[in-house]
This record gives sequence, structure tokens and C-alpha cells, in this order.
Amino acid sequence: MTGAWRLGLLLVAGVLVLIDMYLIFGYAPTERSMGNVQRLFYFHVPVILTSWLAFALAAASSVWYLVKRERVCDRLAYASAEVGVVFFTVAIITGAVWAKPVWGTWWVWDANGTLTFVLWLIFIGYLMVRAYAPDAERGRRWSAVTAIIGAATVPFVYMAADWWGGLHPERVTGPGAQGSLEREMLLTLLFSFVTFIVLFAFLIAERYALRSDEEAVEELRLAAA
Amino acid sequence: MRETLRAALTIYAKDVRLELRTRETLFSVLAFAFVVAFIFTFAFEPSPQLIASIGPGIVWVAWIFTAVLGMNRTFLLEHERGTLDGLRLAPVPREALYLGKLLSVVTLLVAVEALMLPAFLVLYDLSLFNVWFIAVALAATVGIAAVGTLFSAIAVHTRAREVLLPMLFLPVALPVLIGAVSGAREALDGEGWGGVGGWLQLIIAFDVVFLVLSSLVFEYVLEE
Repeated sequence: MTGAWRLGLLLVAGVLVLIDMYLIFGYAPTERSMGNVQRLFYFHVPVILTSWLAFALAAASSVWYLVKRERVCDRLAYASAEVGVVFFTVAIITGAVWAKPVWGTWWVWDANGTLTFVLWLIFIGYLMVRAYAPDAERGRRWSAVTAIIGAATVPFVYMAADWWGGLHPERVTGPGAQGSLEREMLLTLLFSFVTFIVLFAFLIAERYALRSDEEAVEELRLAAA
Repeated sequence: MRETLRAALTIYAKDVRLELRTRETLFSVLAFAFVVAFIFTFAFEPSPQLIASIGPGIVWVAWIFTAVLGMNRTFLLEHERGTLDGLRLAPVPREALYLGKLLSVVTLLVAVEALMLPAFLVLYDLSLFNVWFIAVALAATVGIAAVGTLFSAIAVHTRAREVLLPMLFLPVALPVLIGAVSGAREALDGEGWGGVGGWLQLIIAFDVVFLVLSSLVFEYVLEE
């Protein structure tokens, strides 16, 4: 992706974020029982789904990297991991801030919360493997293995934590939803999804490009030494 | 398949012989496990009611920390003495190396866990001689070793070995830990298959998936 493309993506993301802020704080009605804190939900849900997407992307490109050994896949995995850590952190913080007034506790170890926390830790481990590997090539391979093993543990973490017990709000939209949201709320939520996906795409593209430059610099440095 | 198994057993036999001659790992790891279990008595002031609720947790925290410590040493000798290069050159399948090391780790952990049982009895009046408890513990130990062996092969080459192994291993092994603690609680409450079975199945499914997956990706860890 060239610089012009990324600039365009940045502009689109910027405009979407502005509209999204208006929708969240101006357009969406205040929820009756939870009040304004419910507006966090328009950040929390899209961010958490985007961070799960980041993990899926990292795991898929890691498999692809081990099979094909193309640097493209590795850079994509690395960019997803780094952006993913940021998104997971935001998701965890917004979730905690929301849960405190509503549930009376900062954190609940239900299936979704546990899975999010575990994936966040695995991504941090992924970045640590890279940082501590004796050379870049082994760092790429080992971090790919870490992402793959991490992906395999997802269903187990989900099931174990689910049986272990906990509470999380019922799904409010899409298949399997119990009640349904106000139309304005649903629209805001869906718009928020689009916004965060575009923002995520921009960050990935940017980090990917930066990574290519970093690798080019590293190779020049090695060649010069 | 038979050749893989034979090679794995050769590596395993080497580890066992080495351990029997030096007695280095087992005793240092066991000493650590005792210290952890001993420290807990002062952290909690165990009363019978408290032990009934947190006993399984204490046992598994002590065991999992011990496992991390023990697994950190899995490839240490190989790494320090350059044995890994030799093994890499050996004309045997990569899975054999993983399998052999896995057997060594399982043996070490089971030995430590077994030797710890009397300690828990004395320190906490916690009797763990229960068929279901032991079944869950064995299954969980295999799962722990399956993931730990793979990650210790990565961690041993890095500068931050002591930090990296628990950082990689504990989040992935979380389902086993949840299953082991919950299954242990059910077993100690006197439940049979009805209470323990679900957890046992979860742990065994984890074991199977991670044994297969780890032996498949092990080659990517080792490759030079």
C-alpha cells in the first residue's frame, strides 16, 4: 500500500471517528437504567471484536508464514499483534470502567472476559518472543509458533471459563439476541463497528509500512557492518 | 512410527540416566515445591473450612510454579553443552525429540507431585489420595508438559528465559489449570464421574490437541 493510499485511509478514518463521536454522544439516546455510562458500550463492543479480529489475523498469517516463509505474512502478523495489544488494552479498560458502576465490580471472569485477557497476554508474549529472540529469523518463526498455539487454546479457554461461571450481558443484536436495541442505538453501534474496523485497517497498514522500513534499515546496517 | 518411538525412548532414557546420576533437577525442584507449600500456610492461616475451599487451589499453584521451574531446565543442559546441535543432526524425526523430552518432563512432574502428597497431608491435613483427584492430576500434568516442553525449547535460547517461559506457558495452559482446580475440588468433595467427568474430558481433549499440534510445530522451533 503506497503512502497516498494510507493517507486516504487516514482521512476516511478521521472523518468516520468524528461522525461516530457525534452519534455516540449526540444522537444515541441515554439508556434508561445505566445512564450515560452505557455509551462506553459503543466503544467497548467494536474494539473488542476488532481485537479478536487482530488475533485471528495474526494467527492466520503466522500459519501462512510458517508454510510459505514470505516476509509479507510475517509483517502482517507482527502489525496485527502490535495493534492488537493496543486494542485489547482499550477493550479491557473500557470494559472495567463500564462494569464497575453497572455490575459493582471492575472485572468478571466470564468466558468473554477471560478469553480477552488470555489473548492479550498471549499477544504480549508474542512481542516478548520477538524482542528476546537471539536473531530476527528465529524471532519470526518462534512468534508464529506462539500465535498458532495461542489460537488453539481459544476454544478451551472459552469452555473452561464458561463452565467455571460468570455473568456477561446477553447479546443484544444479531443472531441469538434476546431483546433488541433501540433503532438509534443499533445504528450507532453498527456505525461504530465500521469506524473501528477502518481505524484498525489504517493502523495495520501504517504499522506494516513502518515494519518494512525497519527491516530495510536493519538489512542496510547488517550489510554495512 | 516405530523408529520415532525408539528414538524418543532413547532420549528419554538418556534424561533418566542423567537425572539418576546427578539427582540435580528433581531435588532442587522438589525443595522449591516444599517451600511454596510451606509459605502458603502463613499466607492463609489454614483452618479446616478454608482448606476445603482453597485447598485444591493451593495444591495447583504450588505444582504449576514448580512445573515452570522444572520445565525451564528441560533444554538447559542441551543448550549449554551444545547437545541440541547434535540432536538436530541426528537422522531421527523431529517429533521423536519432542516426545522424548515430553516423557522426561511428565516423569519429573509426576515424581514431584507424588512426593508432595505427604507434605500437603501434613501441612494442611489435606488427603489427596483419591482416585478421581489423581486421574485429573495426571491428565493435567500431561497437558502442562505438552505446552511447556514446546515453549521451554523456545525460552531456553533467549536472554529472558525465566520470564519468557511462564509468560508464554501460563496463559495457554489456563484451561488445564481451571479444569484441574475445579476437577480437584469436585473430587475432594466426594464426587465421582458425575462431577469430575466434564472437567476430565476437557483436560483430555486439551492434551490430545496440544500433543498433536506441539509435535507438529516443534520442527519450526528447532530448525536452525
